[in-house]
Amino acid sequence: MEYEFHFEVVFRNSGMLLEGAWLTIQLSFAATVLGLLVGILGALCKTSGIKPLDWIASAYVEIIRNTPFLVQIFFIFFGLPSLGIRMSPLQAALVALTANLGAYATEIIRAGIEAIHRGQIEAGLSLGLSRLQVFRYVVLFPALKTVYPALSSQFILLMLGTSVVSQISAEELTHIANFLHSRTFRNFEIYFVVLLMYLAMSTMFRALFHVTYLYAFGRKR
Amino acid sequence: MLLRDFGHGDILLLIYATRWTIALSLIAFAGGGLFGFAFTILRILPIRLLNYLSSAYIQIIQGTPLLLQLFVVFFGLAILGWDVSAWTAAAVALIAYTSAFLAEIWRGCIQAIPKPQWEASSSLGLGIFQLLWYVIMPQAIKISIPPTVGFLVQVIKGTALTSVIGFVELTRTAQLINNVTLEPFAVYSVIAVIYFSLCFPLTSLSRRLERRLNVSSAN
Amino acid sequence: MSLVQIEKVYKKFGDLQVLEDISLNVEEGQQIAIIGRSGSGKSTLLRCINGLEPINQGNIHVDGDLVNGQKTNLKLLRQKVGIVFQSYNLFPHLTVERNITLAPTVVKKFALADARALAHEVLRQVGLEDKIDSYPDQLSGGQQQRVAIARSLAMQPKVMLFDEITSALDPELIGEVLKVLEYLAQQGMTMILVTHEMGFAQRVADRVVFMHEGRIWESGPPEQLFASPETPELDSFIRAIL
Repeated sequence: MEYEFHFEVVFRNSGMLLEGAWLTIQLSFAATVLGLLVGILGALCKTSGIKPLDWIASAYVEIIRNTPFLVQIFFIFFGLPSLGIRMSPLQAALVALTANLGAYATEIIRAGIEAIHRGQIEAGLSLGLSRLQVFRYVVLFPALKTVYPALSSQFILLMLGTSVVSQISAEELTHIANFLHSRTFRNFEIYFVVLLMYLAMSTMFRALFHVTYLYAFGRKR
Repeated sequence: MLLRDFGHGDILLLIYATRWTIALSLIAFAGGGLFGFAFTILRILPIRLLNYLSSAYIQIIQGTPLLLQLFVVFFGLAILGWDVSAWTAAAVALIAYTSAFLAEIWRGCIQAIPKPQWEASSSLGLGIFQLLWYVIMPQAIKISIPPTVGFLVQVIKGTALTSVIGFVELTRTAQLINNVTLEPFAVYSVIAVIYFSLCFPLTSLSRRLERRLNVSSAN
Repeated sequence: MSLVQIEKVYKKFGDLQVLEDISLNVEEGQQIAIIGRSGSGKSTLLRCINGLEPINQGNIHVDGDLVNGQKTNLKLLRQKVGIVFQSYNLFPHLTVERNITLAPTVVKKFALADARALAHEVLRQVGLEDKIDSYPDQLSGGQQQRVAIARSLAMQPKVMLFDEITSALDPELIGEVLKVLEYLAQQGMTMILVTHEMGFAQRVADRVVFMHEGRIWESGPPEQLFASPETPELDSFIRAIL
């Protein structure tokens, strides 16, 4: 084993890597916020009792969950332009990530809604609240509390998943790593350090979500 | 390179390439299952150091992207002097990935067995391995099947990433065909359908098993 | 017209006839107790009155409004009909005060300050003013049920429905809830209550309705009904209870 490690190459380019990491974080948050909206909408469709809405939402969820993210992103970025839908790499990445989180969030939120006791909904209706008001005031918060742990794991998975959008040249962390690799050929060092950067980010966000949970759902007594 | 139309021949090529996706998934699942089981045991044995090591391993794998794991394994093995093929690197990385996730799923299942079961058995004088073997595992295996089948879907989808390090499975074949046909919409639609028809049956099976389990535990 | 007017109501769950030819009038200020075995249809009848369960035949009017019509505005109707459930159904993520002010502010568009004043007022009536900032899981079952009553009262309903509201409570907590009901009865609140508390029914109700197999089997003033049941079914029911 004669290999000499040259980590200094990585550190010389740390500015670029940090910029990439920042874009990874931004992309993850943007996709999460949009994906949650999609997820709430999807869950509403699935629990609405209106058959066509249920079918559409179910089809969407199953298609996303049963195909690889890489294929989805190739389809969106390379395939959709034949239908006249053209996007920049970053836009395509955001759309793909949102669609992905939306599908998982739909299932998670639906489960959260269904975990709400029927009596809660009846109590709301009996007080004269409309179905939408019952959802907004009675169901939503307890449902979010139930689903928060699952959603935060999903966020971490999404953030790790953003590495895949490097394949359409969206300039997040992994793409920067690929770029440095092609320029410096210190491939192991670069990828190893970037791996650790992802590990740091996921550890950090997991801790952050835990604290947020305590703050948002823990009760002030 | 000459351009040609995307035709029946290409679809056959894709279906043919699917066997590599399946083969890699099976290897990852078998190897991942084996190591995953070992990590599960290491996590629940009453030996602190082993618990920490195992859980650190799981956290690292679960806290980093599979794509980066593939890169690190691919280039890392080369540094170690093993000139590995994309095929070997893909298998190693996916086994590592699968083992960590399965270990976490299975630990959850084992810990889902109510405490009195553990207490009752140890008060009967069973040792830790006897306890696991005779009391806990038979119950845990039952509840572990639906999530395990569900995770197989993640493995199959994960194999698509091995195309990035040059392993010619379904997605890589699609890229190659796309390069000569320039019909990305058709090519990626077809492989989406192929992946879907591999994954969806497993997803539904997992859901059905889960439902049956819930019904039987409710009665 | 009576405040609550139920005419020839039929209801099925699948093949099971749960309500059969039910007719019942409740005048303003009356207290009606509905008794009977479980499965006799009493809770279902109650839930039909505020439209939580649809009916198959017949008519139900509350305060002149048809409950089971195509064009019925259930939202408006439910503001006139309060209901309290066996399982309290307080909203666990909201304080006692917010549980009470939610519907007045959201449905009736009260200003928050007015709704708060109202919350204090109804909590005073159930004797729980000091719990205004608590969360439901910090209260005993009896206290939760009293808050549920207060929450319903805050909508200033014309009639209140009570669906076995003491059945889930520990015996020592039943008294405090019944006391609130008695107070409401004295205030002249129109009430329909499904209950297993026979002594209470006897003391408070103007009229007792005995339901059996989805029908109104017997009804009348409590003293008469309990002292001299006309049907063997009621007779055996009373014996079993007492």
